[in-house]
Amino acid sequence: MGVLIDKSTKVLCQGITGRQGTFHTRQAIAYGSQMVAGITPGRGGTTHLGLPVYNTVGQALRDHEADASVIYVPAGFAADAILEAVYAGIKLVVCITEGVPTLDMVKVKAVLNDSDSLLLGPNCPGVITPGACKIGIMPGDIHCPGNVGIVSRSGTLTYVAVNQTVQHGMGQSTCIGIGGDPVHGLGFIECLEMFEQDDATEGIIMVGEIGGTAEEAAAEYIQEKVSKPVVAYIAGITAPSGKRMGHAGAIISGGKGTAQQKYQALENAGVVTSHTPADIGVQMSKLLAV
Amino acid sequence: MNIHEYQAKAIFSRFGIPVLGSHVIQSGDDVESFCESLDRQAWVVKAQVHAGGRGKAGGIVLAESKQDLVSSISSMLGSRLVTKQTGEDGLPIHAVLVEETAQVSREFYLALLVDRETGKVAIIASAEGGMDIEQIAQQMPEKIITQFIHPAAGLQPNQVREIAYALGLENKRQFQQLQDILSKLLKLFVSHDCSLVEINPFIVERNGNLVALDAKISFDDSALYRQQDIADLHDVTQENSYEEGARELGLNYIKLNGNIGCIVNGAGLAMATMDLVKHQGGEPANFLDIGGGTTQEKVAQAFKFVISDGNVKSVFINIFGGIVRCDLTAQGILDALQEVRLQVPVIVLLQGTNATEGRRLLEDHHKNICLATTLVEGAQQAVTLANA
Repeated sequence: MGVLIDKSTKVLCQGITGRQGTFHTRQAIAYGSQMVAGITPGRGGTTHLGLPVYNTVGQALRDHEADASVIYVPAGFAADAILEAVYAGIKLVVCITEGVPTLDMVKVKAVLNDSDSLLLGPNCPGVITPGACKIGIMPGDIHCPGNVGIVSRSGTLTYVAVNQTVQHGMGQSTCIGIGGDPVHGLGFIECLEMFEQDDATEGIIMVGEIGGTAEEAAAEYIQEKVSKPVVAYIAGITAPSGKRMGHAGAIISGGKGTAQQKYQALENAGVVTSHTPADIGVQMSKLLAV
Repeated sequence: MNIHEYQAKAIFSRFGIPVLGSHVIQSGDDVESFCESLDRQAWVVKAQVHAGGRGKAGGIVLAESKQDLVSSISSMLGSRLVTKQTGEDGLPIHAVLVEETAQVSREFYLALLVDRETGKVAIIASAEGGMDIEQIAQQMPEKIITQFIHPAAGLQPNQVREIAYALGLENKRQFQQLQDILSKLLKLFVSHDCSLVEINPFIVERNGNLVALDAKISFDDSALYRQQDIADLHDVTQENSYEEGARELGLNYIKLNGNIGCIVNGAGLAMATMDLVKHQGGEPANFLDIGGGTTQEKVAQAFKFVISDGNVKSVFINIFGGIVRCDLTAQGILDALQEVRLQVPVIVLLQGTNATEGRRLLEDHHKNICLATTLVEGAQQAVTLANA
């Protein structure tokens, strides 16, 4: 079954005619995702990749039903695109775009808190329920349907985690990239909650990184509310303090946000931690007795 | 991006946030005639570098005579300041801020930043000024007051009152001054896409006025495209020259102390690769994320850049193809090899999109290139070969 998306999920793509939008929409269609329409202002009335293109999300929704929208527009336009989808009532908005100004996201967050929409990202790989629906930039063919839910702050590290589960004979229920920016949509806790309630998910892999205190908060939540086994890996145990490690959110500052502190909090909460990304799979397979 | 104190104070002045009177002298200016033009005896001389801890490191001194002033400025300009935040090489001093002395009656801490947990701009204040905020947070968290700003409501008078009472401000005039300063700081923060505005110390002068004695502003790199005035303030001399070179190539690169060059796609995987190298007993020479939408040219540039580091004894290229296609990465490496002679071993791990095609391109191509099949194997080989 999985969380957030399934076989019946109908998806719009904002920025469909751009290079990234084109490439990944083609991949999504090939994977079997139900792409229903694209949006590019000024290109309404045309077709692209066999899909109708509209000028606005609102116009697309007059002709189509859609549950989700994926955004590939440039960083300076991303916040506006997210809000366009939210205002149009799209339930799940997935923003792939990297480099969105933080204060744009502060505004978006305030509107989101006031709406029924869920946001993934920005600066995230998206979400996939293997064999059913792929929204985002992850390579579909590395996944296979199964019982492990994966939630991650990092794109490529998610793929590594996926690969590890497959190598150890497991598959994934759903893989969610929450993104590496300081202000973003869904966080670890919301995803853990969904996985805990999902019948298809038997184990959870959580991939965090240095910076902020989201992993510590997740640890507390796991201790109180999550009964399923959790394996966690935190990237950046060797990262120097005060240096931003690529992601806007990945920085150790003021002695806060270190991998050691996060591991400590997770271990205190009974989470099995993997201190290298190469052990994620074997740890999960032990817990699920594969 | 960070700017200097004198630049931050110029911005404060533009917004009407009170600072002390000051002058800036740069390398190359005539120190004698600069000092001659000043109208008072006592000045505080402040070295302009992008690092905290200047006071304890001798970067902030009091000059009580013209002679003092000339010698303080002369000894600072052109030298390097080493503080606990700079590393042992320190940072070059190319500008000095010469500021009026203040009659300080109380010192506070004041900062604005984006709070990740709430996704809001937060104002943080503490009556314990002058100290490191981290130290206050650890030792007396109850002395820190935080107010979150809802973007629709903005700064509300009740929030100003919370802060004013917590700081122990005494009269209506100070409350009004605080209201005025906070609303201007917030306006500055939002209009200039700041990520941090920090005033430590924020003082009450003996005459009761509130003044920003220090000023530190950091800006959101992602928003610099729409803040050209701010981007122009960037001082390359305050950056690691190696990192600056990478920045100009559009590479997300951080220099580290080891000898294993790392080229990775994705920030998380780049960190994880460093962790793995270290786990195998090696030391990474750098963090480098070639990013999601990278091109063949960029891979070639990244590769040339990493092997140009004389400390690098082996290179670990770790690509998990998503947006980045592995064949394109391999082609980028081959392109770079047309231009440079490869003298160090390169271990390549390709997984994901078009990995097979990528591996095929690199197979048997160069005696120094070896293909790894797993993360651990790749890291192990890189460490072994670096130490060989």
